[in-house]
Amino acid sequence: MATTSFKDRNLLAVIGDEDSVTGMLLAGIGHVEHQKKNFLIVDSKTQVSTIEAAFQEFTERKDIAILLINQHVAEKIRPTVDKYQQAFPALLEIPSKDHPYDPSKDSVLKRVQKLFGD
Amino acid sequence: MSGTGPRENIFPTRMALTNTKLRLKGAQTGHSLLAKKRDALTTRFRAILRKVDEAKRKMGRVMQLASFSLAEVTYATGDISYLVQEQAKSATFKVKAKQDNVSGVILPAFEVDRVQGSDFNLTGLGRGGQQVLRSKEVYAKAVETLVELASLQTAFTILDEVIRATNRRVNAIEHVIIPRLDNTIKYIASELDEMDREEFFRLKKVQGKKKRDAEASEALRKAAAERYIEVEDIQIGGGGGDLIDTKDEDIIF
Repeated sequence: MATTSFKDRNLLAVIGDEDSVTGMLLAGIGHVEHQKKNFLIVDSKTQVSTIEAAFQEFTERKDIAILLINQHVAEKIRPTVDKYQQAFPALLEIPSKDHPYDPSKDSVLKRVQKLFGD
Repeated sequence: MSGTGPRENIFPTRMALTNTKLRLKGAQTGHSLLAKKRDALTTRFRAILRKVDEAKRKMGRVMQLASFSLAEVTYATGDISYLVQEQAKSATFKVKAKQDNVSGVILPAFEVDRVQGSDFNLTGLGRGGQQVLRSKEVYAKAVETLVELASLQTAFTILDEVIRATNRRVNAIEHVIIPRLDNTIKYIASELDEMDREEFFRLKKVQGKKKRDAEASEALRKAAAERYIEVEDIQIGGGGGDLIDTKDEDIIF
């Protein structure tokens, strides 16, 4: 199970638009090690494959505890996000400045709603 | 009826019956324990579910505030995003995992572990330094909320998984193992009864045969005794015959 190594996980990672990432970095979550960043800035020109690759990398890294992703970015790679069921790193969809938060699209909230439903 | 439905492949003996009964008792105890565990987990799960829902909605508001403060910064200092990205070296905002135990299930919870760093101290030195500082604080608060939410969500995911596994076990015991043991017990009992009946019948049969034999031998004995009396009568009546004088017929083999 994934719970064996959660003691070593202490970083946060973020995939999102420029403003969200800047804000998170201001808060001090940025970590650059061996030219590897723990954040990815997505703009209108970013390829979906780049986002996918970053998502894969962050979910496979052993030192990341929480992965924050903008909801509109998550929307672009929705199948991958919905397939992601692991407990670690915890995947969290966050709202961005230009895209208001829509709880009905969140992969976790969807499950919550489903469980409340029945 | 016994024999219907699946049962264990076991030789029907009294010892097997005792063993199976013990196993059935064990299965029942296990079932009730697991059901209790499931109930405890579900209670916890419901509480977390409600909290997750609340926190997600709260996060929307918090992030809005944070975005607004960043907009203030941009207004006061101009675009600082490139600067910030380039200055990010090592994380000052980290999380620490601690664990929480709910009926044998380890639920991790993240705690914010903040080190006062000197990053971005020079950002907004010219103008808007105050806004930058405030924005930093607001974002730190927002990320704290996010961390809290993340730990709730992790607990949610893990509990969900564990509850599913527990449910599977409870159902397996209830619908597969217990009926099978029941069937096995019924089967063994019926086989033993059958054996008992057979044994009883056999004994009856033996007894009957013995009785018949006894009667036959009794009759034979009686008949022999009567003949003996007759013979004696004859001997007494006819006087003692000389055995030597009487000649037997020749026996030809």
